[in-house]
Amino acid sequence: MYAVEMHGITKQFKNVLANSNVELMVKRGEIHSLLGENGAGKSTLMNILYGMYAPTSGQVVVQGKPVVIENPLKAIELGIAMVHQHFMLIEPLTVAENVVLGYEPKKHGCFDMKKAVEEVNTLADQYGLHVDARQKVEELSVGTKQRVEILKALYRKADILILDEPTAVLTPQEVSDLFRVLRKLRESGKTIIIITHKLKETLELADTVTVLRKGQVIASLPVTEQMDQAQLAELMVGRIVSLETEKQPVPGEHEVVMALRGAVVTRDKRNVLDDISLEIRAGEILGIAGVEGNGQTELIDVLTGLQRLSGGAVVLQGKQLPAGRITPRSMLAAGVGHIPEDRGKRGFVGGFTIAENIVLGYHRNQPFARHGLINRKARDEFADRVARQYDVRMDSIQDTVGSLSGGNQQKVIIGRVFAQDPKVIIAAQPTRGVDIGAIEYIHGELVKMRDAGKAVLLISADLDELMRLSDKIAVLYDGRIVDRRDASEYDERTLGALMTGHTPDSVEKEVKQA
Amino acid sequence: MGDVLSVVTSLIAGSIRVSIPIAFAALGGTLSERSGIINMGLEGTMLMGAFFGVVGAYYTQSAWLGLLVAMMAGALCGLLHAVLTIRFKCEHVLAGVGINVLASGLTVVLLQMIFNAKGKSCEVASFDMITLPVINQIPVLKDILGQVSPMLILLAIAMVGVWFLLYRTVFGLRARVIGENPEAAGSMGINVYRTQYICVILCGILAAMGGAYMSIGDIHMFSRDMVAGRGFIAMAVVIFGGWHPVGAWLGSLLFGLAQSLQYRLQSGSIPPQLVQMLPYIVTLVVLVFARGSKHRAPAAEGRHYYAKGEQ
Ligand SMILES: Nc1ncnc2c1ncn2[C@@H]1O[C@H](COP(=O)(O)OP(=O)(O)O)[C@@H](O)[C@H]1O
Ligand SMILES: [Mg+2]
Repeated sequence: MYAVEMHGITKQFKNVLANSNVELMVKRGEIHSLLGENGAGKSTLMNILYGMYAPTSGQVVVQGKPVVIENPLKAIELGIAMVHQHFMLIEPLTVAENVVLGYEPKKHGCFDMKKAVEEVNTLADQYGLHVDARQKVEELSVGTKQRVEILKALYRKADILILDEPTAVLTPQEVSDLFRVLRKLRESGKTIIIITHKLKETLELADTVTVLRKGQVIASLPVTEQMDQAQLAELMVGRIVSLETEKQPVPGEHEVVMALRGAVVTRDKRNVLDDISLEIRAGEILGIAGVEGNGQTELIDVLTGLQRLSGGAVVLQGKQLPAGRITPRSMLAAGVGHIPEDRGKRGFVGGFTIAENIVLGYHRNQPFARHGLINRKARDEFADRVARQYDVRMDSIQDTVGSLSGGNQQKVIIGRVFAQDPKVIIAAQPTRGVDIGAIEYIHGELVKMRDAGKAVLLISADLDELMRLSDKIAVLYDGRIVDRRDASEYDERTLGALMTGHTPDSVEKEVKQA
Repeated sequence: MGDVLSVVTSLIAGSIRVSIPIAFAALGGTLSERSGIINMGLEGTMLMGAFFGVVGAYYTQSAWLGLLVAMMAGALCGLLHAVLTIRFKCEHVLAGVGINVLASGLTVVLLQMIFNAKGKSCEVASFDMITLPVINQIPVLKDILGQVSPMLILLAIAMVGVWFLLYRTVFGLRARVIGENPEAAGSMGINVYRTQYICVILCGILAAMGGAYMSIGDIHMFSRDMVAGRGFIAMAVVIFGGWHPVGAWLGSLLFGLAQSLQYRLQSGSIPPQLVQMLPYIVTLVVLVFARGSKHRAPAAEGRHYYAKGEQ
């Protein structure tokens, strides 16, 4: 009856109790959602089931038999496969090579590539997972890479398929494709465990949901018609959270604070930004929708001075900036605050303290430094105030930022930017990898800044976030802005279609027909 | 006219000879780096190979047995590097430097103990040139490849062998996967450590063969620190060759050419100090160009892999 039972699972890492006496019962042939915030212990629990970690204590039962899963090899033998949050694919190798890895077909002791390609093609056809077995993985889109991961699982004849946050990187279209495939797999008798922190997806796809919070199981329930997001959110966070952000239009004239005029960025003879003109206005949030890799990064870099323009101009408060003189430093000084899309890479220095990180980029300004010498007292006082104001949960400002949770790291960055009273805020993926409580908070702060008359540009892969916060939305596709309107005129489907290259006309027609 | 031709053929023949030790080491380096382990200890491993080749030949009176001893010494160097980097998670570069320092010191001490000499060993049994039957009949070619060291033939076999291993066997596929993403390999149930151990030990054996060629294949003796940077050049060749065995061999030939040009030019009017810099300048120039090539290093090269939550 049960494909997987996990009883009393506890996992103690050096100083973190990641799972505490967890009970998980997964019925055969169901889609089971493992729901919880970042750090709740979902991945750890599934890594234990897949033999990547040994539990500190507890018992695993697979298809009715108690088992000890020492390593992934054992898990594979038991018919368990896992699609990891970060794909485990070898970019320079072909799809076929990736899929058969570990179970390679052989001929005379040598690797039989032809057979591998055949087998992968057959398997792909059988489940309607369209891939070209001879293509290199590095040439594939994210959605296709995920299909390759699923093929890997099927090739190993898995009956139990674990997917760790599979939708985090997909477009709405790819998500619905994935769900179609997963339902098909369920029909063919497979058991699926899907890790997620997205409430909507759980309600849409799962038969049963188990909610984890701080390493413990809070509830395990069948998904019913009556169940709603608010109920799940409360289970997940442990208190009532508002999923809506209060937002009234800001009255008065919205003057243009920052603008791009015909901006072009050329790389390898291709225009990665192609004739972009946009205006960021005071008291408005302008959202940028788009599949990653369509010019968002370049757009951010141009506005923050990290990337030089090949053509066009940046205009700040009515003045065109001299192209050769735009640097990250000059943009910061001019009041353009930057919340970077990859906070680990550009947002902070993990090994530095919270205090040091809060003044990073502004460290040379008075009173933090004088004549090139750092004034530690002034810095620490300032940092302490900012960290408190922006609700950074920490023991002391002398902790390293690397030791904080994702949400608190992001609050450090937001505090740094907002405390400098910027005129323009470039907020890229401001809530990526951040827990719901912190999302609620960050959204509130962004709206406050807008209400205070700041000009905000919001770049986000999360369409819900984009539609909830933005006053206007522009859609970026292949380096161009293909459509822009008031946010209220868009729905998720229209945005999804525009983001994947459908023209506004064709989208309109489709909507009318439906 | 005939003069020019003979200059060219002897230059090419010289290039091939000089390239042999570098090529062996570069093949080894390619294999090791493909599995994710940088072997900075090529230099020291070559030196050990050169020394123990002489020691083996000295005691057994046979160059072949000398080579075998050299290969065993190389395997031990490889094993040491593997234990340091894989088992103890040493920084790859540091572990390699350690091996180089160790080899440099150990060979001097043993030279004193065994041969009672400070700079050079005595002459020992060495490889004789062999005559290649058919090639020996073909004009021009016979001046280049008519008479060769048996170790050149071993080199050719090694090159094909490494290529076959990497690109035609399951072992090679797995090694390449590990060099790109050991976590992925581990999650597919592949034994990452064992594969890396094998590759690094094979690397040690190959590098030691290169060293042995320099002593018992060329000058019939060991002389202190005789490898003189060839191991480092081999590391550059690995990169220049695009982490591919054939590339490694072609790269070595280029350096062989630079080196044998240097020998020729030394008799000319250019200051010898400048001429001697030639191979090293070529290394620098080539590395600058290699940066722009489409090949890239194995993604996980130089990184440590922790199996199953160990840390
Ligand atoms: N290998 C590890 N070593 C130490 N701590 C870990 C390790 N993996 C996860 N953790 C910690 O365990 C907790 C649960 O993490 P994880 O299972 O990844 O959460 P989730 O997948 O629900 O976001 C986190 O606090 C995380 O920092
Ligand atoms: Mg996780």
